[in-house]
Amino acid sequence: MVSSFMERGRIYPKTFFPVLLLFLALLLLGVIASILFGARSLSLQEVLGGLFSGGELYESSVVQKRIVRTVFALCCGAALGIAGALMQSVTRNPLADPAILGVNNGAAFFVVCGVAFFQMNTAREYIWFALAGALLTAMFVLGIGSMGRGGASPLKLVLAGAATSAALSSLVTAVLIPRLNAMEEFRFWQAGSVGAGTWDSFYLLLPFLVVGTIAAVISAPALNALALGDETATGLGVRTAFLRYVAALAGVILCGATTAVAGPIGFVGLLSAHVIRALIGPDLRYLIPMSALAGAVILTVSDVAGRLIGRPGELEVGVLTAFIGAPLLIILAVKAKVRAT
Amino acid sequence: MSTTTTELVKQARMRHRGRWAAVTAILAVLAAALCCAMLLLGNTIYPVRDVLAVLLGEEVKGATFAVRTIRLPRMLAGLFAGFAFGVSGYVFQTMLRNPLANPNVIGITAGSSAAAVFCIIVLGAGKAATSTAAVIAGLLTVLVIYGLARGRSFSIGRMILVGIGIQAMCNSAITYLLLIAQEHSLPAAVRWLTGSLNGVRMEELAVLLVSCLVLTPVIVLLGRPLQLLELGEQAATSLGVRTDRTRVALVVSAVVLSAVATAVTGPIAAVAFLAGPIAVRLAGTARANVIPAGLVGAALVLAADLAGQFAFPWKFPVGILTGIIGAPYLLYLIVRMNRKGEL
Repeated sequence: MVSSFMERGRIYPKTFFPVLLLFLALLLLGVIASILFGARSLSLQEVLGGLFSGGELYESSVVQKRIVRTVFALCCGAALGIAGALMQSVTRNPLADPAILGVNNGAAFFVVCGVAFFQMNTAREYIWFALAGALLTAMFVLGIGSMGRGGASPLKLVLAGAATSAALSSLVTAVLIPRLNAMEEFRFWQAGSVGAGTWDSFYLLLPFLVVGTIAAVISAPALNALALGDETATGLGVRTAFLRYVAALAGVILCGATTAVAGPIGFVGLLSAHVIRALIGPDLRYLIPMSALAGAVILTVSDVAGRLIGRPGELEVGVLTAFIGAPLLIILAVKAKVRAT
Repeated sequence: MSTTTTELVKQARMRHRGRWAAVTAILAVLAAALCCAMLLLGNTIYPVRDVLAVLLGEEVKGATFAVRTIRLPRMLAGLFAGFAFGVSGYVFQTMLRNPLANPNVIGITAGSSAAAVFCIIVLGAGKAATSTAAVIAGLLTVLVIYGLARGRSFSIGRMILVGIGIQAMCNSAITYLLLIAQEHSLPAAVRWLTGSLNGVRMEELAVLLVSCLVLTPVIVLLGRPLQLLELGEQAATSLGVRTDRTRVALVVSAVVLSAVATAVTGPIAAVAFLAGPIAVRLAGTARANVIPAGLVGAALVLAADLAGQFAFPWKFPVGILTGIIGAPYLLYLIVRMNRKGEL
């Protein structure tokens, strides 16, 4: 019912196609840059030579590595973009982002515990821990944030998320300190990086990405109805509670799985969903796929920038996205309707 | 039989003041005891006589190095940094009438910490320059947060949101600075992101000590106006407080204290946030709780550092422990304020 009602006049947002083209172009540029630039930048000839030489040249292995990394960054970015759009819609809160709600740190804490206490050492083993951590933290933060009068206001959710994040990150460090040497690799993971991505971690992420994306796309029309208010949505035949659970679960799965394979990367969901909403409007049927595209662009470009800024090493992409994303949080906070005191 | 209202009020006031004085004295004794423990405990436990001798300037084989180079600076850093964080947290919380409004939560210490990291690790600057930069960064952070939070109508909620954003930016800047300075080790990261007393040296402490000794009396003298400010702008003005001037003096003093402390130890998590409420709960509100809050802060840092050094098979930096203690309290506070509809 809902979908037929919504789809009767399939009018694309006016700016949809220009924005789509713009982001596809940016994506292409990002992918090319991601393959060319790094600790040692390659020229176009070197890349082509490396691609078609059959794996004997030094360039070949570099190019292979960078291709994996780029694909990995694209997928993680897309997952985070969708998660951001879903979370913001479900909580009706412009500030909802996995990092701000503490979900990333929840996943991180569970992974650390899995590695430290249950001798897990591959992403395949601890991805379930990451998902459980993400889910529990999301429930906890949403629970605390929606107590009291007026339900989940932006301020309450962000504060609950910040406090939970602070507690979890202290705990993560406390678990890490006695295992300093064994945890060198883990520390890299903890800062959020797509550099360690392999085809294995890509295949690991893929099923979650697919499931989450399908759930997001299916629930988009109903989420549009939900944006009109619970009563209206119920009147339009939406089972609001069920819808909320499904959409929130999809969001948590997407960001939890991403955190498990790439480490906690914050603010990508916040950024992409807001940029796209500003450009094409709030219709989730378009917002969700475009937010995925924007997330992929943001993460890929940030990853390239991190490699260039941090030379000869590299700056983890999570650090960079936090630096770019936090000003948006500040702008939103300045605009938000917060009770005057 | 002549128990008039005036006398009842007088008696109650005397009682409250007595409690305030007693609690303050007990806190001072507690902090002093923790200081002694910091000097006495360690890998080797030297006799009290030897420790005293070292403190009086004599040379005792072995003990001189351990006490004078390692334990004394660590103890002084914990004492004064804890005191500074406690006082500055209390000033902010009281002035803004909200326990969530303190240098930790609104990102002032993160700003100071980023500036300190830049000076120490990147520029290799001296102690005085580092402290100055931390102070300037702290004041700038306050100005930015206040300016952004004012908007159409000033709101503490908005200020906290802006502060969380600023904090995220400062923390990623710190991570970046540590990376380019090739200091990207966990201990360095812990120190500048959560606070630690590890490896504090005597010569780093001068600025912190002087700031505490100069600014604490200033804030104590402003204690009465501070208590009146807590009643609200209009009430304070009508009781003769020059609110603007007082507020500026208090904010500057509090920011300087937290910034110089951050330049030495990093932003020790949650101390500025915990000390004020604990002090108020213990000592009541008979007088401004500047000194009690400072003492609670010092006791928290010293106790957490002792626990971090000796209570576990591994040594934990102080900021990790205070962070683990502080966060549940923050959550409890949020839950309570949500219930009352204050957020």
